[in-house]
Amino acid sequence: MSTIAVLNKASPLDALQRWLPRLVLAPSMLIVLVGFYGYILWTFVLSFTNSSFMPSYKWVGLAQYARLMDNDRWWVASKNLLLFGGMFIGISLVVGVLLAVLLDQRIRREGFIRTVYLYPMALSMIVTGTAWKWLLNPGLGLDKMLRDWGWEGFRLDWLVDPDRVVYCLVIAAVWQASGFVMALFLAGLRGVDPSIIRAAQVDGASLPTIYLRIVLPSLRPVFFSALMILAHIAIKSFDLVAAMTAGGPGYASDLPAMFMYSFTFSRGQMGMGSASAILMLGAILAILVPYLYSELRSKRHE
Amino acid sequence: MNAINRLAAVVSLASLLPLSALAAEPGTVEVTHWWTSGGEKAAVDTLRKQIEQDGFVWKDNAVAGGGGAAAMTVLKSRAVAGNPPAAAQVKGPDIQDWGALGLLTNLDDVAKANDWDALLPTKVADIMKYDGHYVAVPVNIHRVNWLWINPQVFAKAGAKVPTTLDELFAAADKLKAAGFVPLAHGGQPWQDSTVFEDVVLSILGPKGYHAAFVELDEKTLTGAQMIEAFSTLQRLGTYMDPNRAGRDWNVAAAEVINGKAGMQIMGDWAKSEWTAAGKIAGKDYECVAFPGTQGSFAYNIDSLVMFRLKDENDIKAQNDLAKVALEPAFQTVFNQNKGSLPVRQDMDMGPFDACTQKSAADFKAAEQGDGLQPSMAHNMATSLAVQGAIFDVVTNFLNDPKADPAKAVKQLDSAIKSAK
Repeated sequence: MSTIAVLNKASPLDALQRWLPRLVLAPSMLIVLVGFYGYILWTFVLSFTNSSFMPSYKWVGLAQYARLMDNDRWWVASKNLLLFGGMFIGISLVVGVLLAVLLDQRIRREGFIRTVYLYPMALSMIVTGTAWKWLLNPGLGLDKMLRDWGWEGFRLDWLVDPDRVVYCLVIAAVWQASGFVMALFLAGLRGVDPSIIRAAQVDGASLPTIYLRIVLPSLRPVFFSALMILAHIAIKSFDLVAAMTAGGPGYASDLPAMFMYSFTFSRGQMGMGSASAILMLGAILAILVPYLYSELRSKRHE
Repeated sequence: MNAINRLAAVVSLASLLPLSALAAEPGTVEVTHWWTSGGEKAAVDTLRKQIEQDGFVWKDNAVAGGGGAAAMTVLKSRAVAGNPPAAAQVKGPDIQDWGALGLLTNLDDVAKANDWDALLPTKVADIMKYDGHYVAVPVNIHRVNWLWINPQVFAKAGAKVPTTLDELFAAADKLKAAGFVPLAHGGQPWQDSTVFEDVVLSILGPKGYHAAFVELDEKTLTGAQMIEAFSTLQRLGTYMDPNRAGRDWNVAAAEVINGKAGMQIMGDWAKSEWTAAGKIAGKDYECVAFPGTQGSFAYNIDSLVMFRLKDENDIKAQNDLAKVALEPAFQTVFNQNKGSLPVRQDMDMGPFDACTQKSAADFKAAEQGDGLQPSMAHNMATSLAVQGAIFDVVTNFLNDPKADPAKAVKQLDSAIKSAK
């Protein structure tokens, strides 16, 4: 009798307990489903319509994609992304690893130096872009300063040169992100078992060899995380370009995200803007899916 | 307990207050706009005061940024949600797009009561109508084809105020030799296209301009004169500061005001910068039509479109706004601050400065013939998509010193075709 009574008493609470996690998760789940996947789907649908300055649902098939392929500005933006993304990721990784290895040598004031390198990450890209815009502006930045100091022949006009403006974006982005890569690798380096290094030293390996052949290869997961984070920063880059060059001179420093915003929202070509957004999503998935696949598979093996 | 009771009483009383205010509240008129700079804000404040004097409530919805792009995004999302403001700053062909969505109200009654048909120039009135009915009220007329000159700089360099393109280049050479920047300019797509539009108006004339930017006629767009327009633009580019990329127009205007540069090609809103610097038209600065466009008038008309509302009182407030926007008091203050021309044709031009008086005379003259043309660079001539396509070609051309004018006209034509 008594056990039944207890069960009866406890059962609503039990039910609540069983449902509570779902109840608590439901709102955020709903927001993600609607606000994220729902709108991806909507953008996907819009990219097949003739939507102009307002969404419309007249089906035009792949016409918007064909127009996009025909658009010179889109190709400039895509090439810029390849160039910017490649250089940004490559240089950030190299600089970040180098800084991490150097900091790993048990130097004095490490905490202070680490903070100095990490601080740019605390700034938003808008601030970084604006500051570098001033620094690199030939009329008032480094260029003018060095010439005022007497170095008459000095010329640093990349920011206003359509062929070189992308490198300015790379400089600013690397300045911002390499400290963060350093922090990632430093954490990884601290996790390496010191006995391995000592064993290698006993075998007579030099310090560069130890790092290149033993320590860094063991940091593969860190390398992949850094690559993932940097790749998506590169693809969604918008604020840096908006603050630093606004896509100029001309549209020489345009990136796909800038292209998408300007066509969708200020040019009244929502269909084409959506098509470009879907292609960007495709680019991200092309990187992300193999990564997730390998991650999930290795988990199952464990 | 006592404290909680007291708190509850205060809260309930406080919540009653706005309720009672609501009950007695007259109609509200909410206006979405991006008149946020100093002079513009002063101008909008006169409108607000007038509305409040008439016993209505003004709800300001100013959205700054992006030359109106931010405000448009707000407006679109509100319209989609079925909650549009009473009025919004929308102009030119966009009025037709909004009209086609069936969201705009009919202002014919206000127009009739205040005799808009007689007050407004026909061309202006036509832009304000959708399907034959008034849906918007114009507030000003900007002229785009102006050249702003600092006479002190010209005197120092020994240059003469130009009336033809050849004289313009002669003056620019003199300025360059004397160590000035001949042409102040900001490297932004719309500024590049503003210069290009003036050059086209000068070389092709108003008829050719119309064929190119309104009819988008292929023969005109790829013709020899258009090639000449591109090479002239390229030549003008050599007189601009090479570090101009991304510079705002008012920063470029300041270079002329401070005597660093000799002239600037810009619409009449540039005057607000001169006025703010305490300079007087005709004495401290000269305004002349862009060389070769005398007698033509490239217009850029700001207007407020009115959305369909439900509340009876709000509609009254909206109609009042439509009426007040065209009244002489507002037209005078607003246009003195904006540097533009009043839309009413019966205004006393006495309180305006020499530049605006000249603009008014030129407008009347241009209206008689073909001279009155919509500005391409300011979204009066084409859809936003076509305008964007032209911007891309022009700005890319001007920023590439090695660009080929013959190739540019072909790019222009194909870009326009794919955007249409």
